[in-house]
Amino acid sequence: MHISPVLWQFLVKWLNNSALFPREASTIAPYADALYFFLLLLTVVGLSLVCTLVFGFSIRYRKEKSPVAEHIEGSTLLEATWTIIPLALFLIVFVWGALLYFRIYNPPTNAMNIYIVGKQWMWKAEHPGGQHEINALHVPIGRNVQLTMISQDVFHSFSIPDFRVKREVIPGRYSTVWFNATIPGTYHIFCTQYCGTNHSVMIGEVTAMSPDDYEKWTQTSTSGTSLSQNGERLFASMGCNACHSGSAAARGPNLAGVYGSKLQLTNGSEVLANDAYLRDAILNPSQHITVGYAPIMPTYQGQISEDGLIDLVEYIKGLKTNYRVQQTLTTSQSNQAAPTTPGVVKP
Amino acid sequence: MSATHTIVNLPDQRTAMLPKRTYINNEDGLLSWLLTGDHKRIAMLYLISITFFFFIGGAFAGLIRLELLTPQPDLVAADTYNKFFSMHGIIMVFLFLVPSVPATLGNFLIPIMIGTKDLAFPKINLLSWYLYWLGGLVVLGAMVLGGVDTGWTFTTPLSTHYLNTHVVTAATGVFILGFSSIFTGLNFIVTIHRMRAPGMTWFRMPLFVWSHYAASILMVLGTPVLAITLVLVALERLVGIGVFDPTKGGDPLLFQHLFWFYSHPAVYIMILPGMGVISEVISTFSRKRVFGYTAVAFSSVAIALFGFFVWAHHMFIMGVSNYSALVFSLLTMLVAVPSAIKIFNWSFTLQKGSITFETPMLYAFGFLGLFTIGGMTGVFLGALGMDIHLTETYFIVAHFHFVMVGGMLMAFLAGIHFWWPKMTGRMYPESLSKLAAVTTFIGFNLTFLPQFILGYLGMPRRYHAYPPEFQVLNVLSTAGATVLGVGYMLPLLYLGWSLKYGAIAGNNPWQATGLEWQIQSPPLTENFIETPIVDHEAYDYEWLEHKTAHEVTTVG
Amino acid sequence: MDNAIVATHPHTHETAVPAEHEHVALPQHRHHFETQEQQREAGTFGMWLFLLTEIMFFGGLFFAYLLYRNWYNPAFVAASNQLSIKLGAANTAILITSGFFMALAVWAAEVRKKSLLVIFLVLTTLFGLAFLGVKYFEYKEKWELHHIPGASFDVSQFINPHAYGLKEEPLAPDMAQKTQVFFFLYFAMTGMHALHMIIGIVLLFWLTWRANRGEFSAGYVAPIENFGLYWHFVDIVWLFLFPLLYLINRHPV
Repeated sequence: MHISPVLWQFLVKWLNNSALFPREASTIAPYADALYFFLLLLTVVGLSLVCTLVFGFSIRYRKEKSPVAEHIEGSTLLEATWTIIPLALFLIVFVWGALLYFRIYNPPTNAMNIYIVGKQWMWKAEHPGGQHEINALHVPIGRNVQLTMISQDVFHSFSIPDFRVKREVIPGRYSTVWFNATIPGTYHIFCTQYCGTNHSVMIGEVTAMSPDDYEKWTQTSTSGTSLSQNGERLFASMGCNACHSGSAAARGPNLAGVYGSKLQLTNGSEVLANDAYLRDAILNPSQHITVGYAPIMPTYQGQISEDGLIDLVEYIKGLKTNYRVQQTLTTSQSNQAAPTTPGVVKP
Repeated sequence: MSATHTIVNLPDQRTAMLPKRTYINNEDGLLSWLLTGDHKRIAMLYLISITFFFFIGGAFAGLIRLELLTPQPDLVAADTYNKFFSMHGIIMVFLFLVPSVPATLGNFLIPIMIGTKDLAFPKINLLSWYLYWLGGLVVLGAMVLGGVDTGWTFTTPLSTHYLNTHVVTAATGVFILGFSSIFTGLNFIVTIHRMRAPGMTWFRMPLFVWSHYAASILMVLGTPVLAITLVLVALERLVGIGVFDPTKGGDPLLFQHLFWFYSHPAVYIMILPGMGVISEVISTFSRKRVFGYTAVAFSSVAIALFGFFVWAHHMFIMGVSNYSALVFSLLTMLVAVPSAIKIFNWSFTLQKGSITFETPMLYAFGFLGLFTIGGMTGVFLGALGMDIHLTETYFIVAHFHFVMVGGMLMAFLAGIHFWWPKMTGRMYPESLSKLAAVTTFIGFNLTFLPQFILGYLGMPRRYHAYPPEFQVLNVLSTAGATVLGVGYMLPLLYLGWSLKYGAIAGNNPWQATGLEWQIQSPPLTENFIETPIVDHEAYDYEWLEHKTAHEVTTVG
Repeated sequence: MDNAIVATHPHTHETAVPAEHEHVALPQHRHHFETQEQQREAGTFGMWLFLLTEIMFFGGLFFAYLLYRNWYNPAFVAASNQLSIKLGAANTAILITSGFFMALAVWAAEVRKKSLLVIFLVLTTLFGLAFLGVKYFEYKEKWELHHIPGASFDVSQFINPHAYGLKEEPLAPDMAQKTQVFFFLYFAMTGMHALHMIIGIVLLFWLTWRANRGEFSAGYVAPIENFGLYWHFVDIVWLFLFPLLYLINRHPV
């Protein structure tokens, strides 16, 4: 859907100066605003219509001017009219809204990934290169950025109003959202799902910077080890390499190249090994046993934090594969909940 | 007899007297009220009760708006603020909005409107009121013991594992209130099915009865699901069963599905009875049958039916699958259509009518405009991509206050004013009531229109503190709330005053159709001296013309 | 004008059965109803509606059950095998018998045989109490095995069943944890059911006492009929619970 940039510049500039309208700071924002204005138009027209009818009729037919009321049963034509027209308009809104929804929630295939962990009452952003931020997020403009998010405790919701994106951050599974920031600046991050005492202060700032500034920032802010390197350490310290050693006789499957591939499980289902899958396989392994292996993997539920899980997932993602290629193939499906085993039980 | 600007027709005040025997003076003593089976007495008991709780809920609203005058969290501590909005929500939803029209006006009028002596189960009706008080006291107990801060939505796992406030107490209170609601709805359904007077066919019933019928279906089918959900929350809290706990294999999203399965139909429970009031008021003050009676009746049932299938539109961003999102968004668009149909039918009722602007009509006009805005903003939220930006912000708060307060509360006030003369035998002072209506309208818009803007700007709901650039709009909103508060206090004062000093109303001050206007004000305990035999349609003003000549229904 | 409370509308039903003529109204006739028939129909309709609310109430639990059984099937199978199918089947038979006696009680009320009515009500109650008794034993056993969800829940029997003399397949530890979900649903559903039975039994005591005084053998049968509906509903709920909870993938061991 192409919108005239001239028209939008005009509208946006006028609105931006009024402090009654958020900035349009991402590629998706104009699309969201377009739908908003259409809905506003519908509302104004609908309200005007109702007001015209009500005021018009009540003035024209007020008692002084119309002492006797006329009995009218109804009109099937009118009923049909004001059923079909609103329905048609609402259906247009439905289709438009659905298209916008898929645009916002289906990330493009070349998005860079940043992890967000929400907990009472702060946001932790973890860049793959090892940059860690609290209540802040630095992103380059002009790049597709995907956020893979999870909560450590209760429901939160990650919202950047100026980008028009928001997604619930849920305990127990990943959720994702993506954006492409267009204008450098700082914008609010809010937690919008009531999460307890300090819900109102679980806020932060996203800083959109030019690609060069972003480069400089990543170099100066890194903790020294990337997430993947942390993951490698955890992989060893938690004993994963004892079974997932990569040798042919290992008790656990080789994890090189597993990210993004399709796996056959012991109960006949085939699953895509994405972020959610990997995370759930670590926590609930008995539901994700690959064909040909025994169900002996212990669960790490309660023994590893969400940060640790992210590190491990990042590590596995990069195992002996071309990291960027793998990511581009499978990023778009990483927001699905890990598929569970179907209810088929052998007699 | 008829002034040109009003249809009010009061008896000669020099000689007028209240009827000798009414449901009010039929029996004396507190016990006769507390143990009554008379639906009218129970309705008045409910009226006093919900007014009490409304002002408590309103006080919390005032405190919320007071805190939000400044961006800093400087009035109360964060936990206290969280308790304010939780209590405001719980009290307003469960102790005011759900029972308001059905338990007061519905209880009072439904038997009379269909020509019978009482509801099917008077003892259950009384039990319903006692359950209301039991639930209300438990909720107040939770408040007094220290409050609950889950929000009225009891979201897990926050409510089950991360709060140490009186969640189980509050949930128990709401559970009990649910049964109060179920019994009221059950009573209405059986009464409407089985106790209509001879000649009172379904399509001769006033639309007020139709809308209560639809709301009762929702009450009876939806509320039990809330009950079991609250039981599960309590068990999870008390015993740690893990039903909603992901670390034990549970799913917090299951709670969301179960909770909203009731709580969405709940909003239609709240609005449908109010819509019934609007039908009666607009018809009376236009002196005309409601345009498209059948369409309005079927729309009420359609809203009830469709209302059961849209609950996940409260969960679009919570990780429901794309397919569910599509289905629920589509259904949400469908459920909006019957409401639109009704608005247009009411508007067209005015055409070729003979319109006067007494207070109930003013409230009805307010309803038409404000509910249109509220309903349309619902369409904003039903559009998937738009909901992403708008959900969980003040846009939602503005949307539901427009439909609940601008819609439902206005309708409630319209109904109270409209049937006040019937219930009490007294008329309220018209100029004061008009002032209150206008004040309420202005105050309401000032309070909630800025919140739409705040919502689009991104201000989240349930926020105690906010970025400074949102302050101006918040101040406007609080100013409006003050005006609104005044608007709501006024009726309390003049309606109370009218009980002793108001003009005697007579049987039919509005010259309305409807069986309730053909009997004395206040009515006899048994409503009718003889069982009416109905031979005319609803809103039949011609019948009324003939009837007026032979009207003798006051007991001397 | 006559302020008589009794309605003065014309008779609308035949007078072939003089005993039910409205002017010789039963003492239990409520005066807001026009006829005894209307009262009876309203009462029955009300009870059916109430049962509908009960279906919705249990429905939430059934929904949660369907969801989790789908997700954690192996855990549900293993946990279900730990329930005593003998006791469950016995309870089913007991409850069906109780329902049978209730149906007979309704018949006895309709044909106005007071002593039979009382006997059948007593039998209904006894079998209901027997059901609860069996349930008590089952719950006690679960307590002893640490299968009650909460702090004392223990999964060792599922991880290592052979050590406990069971011929089950062992479950992986994370799947074994999910047996707690099964047991929570077991206790919630059967517990809610038992609560409804207890309420029913209390009502049975009250009804039996009244029946003994002859209140239901003179034509006024509505309370017995409507209670019968309630009791049969409780029975039907159990008929769903039994296979869902006890009979998941049962096979000869």
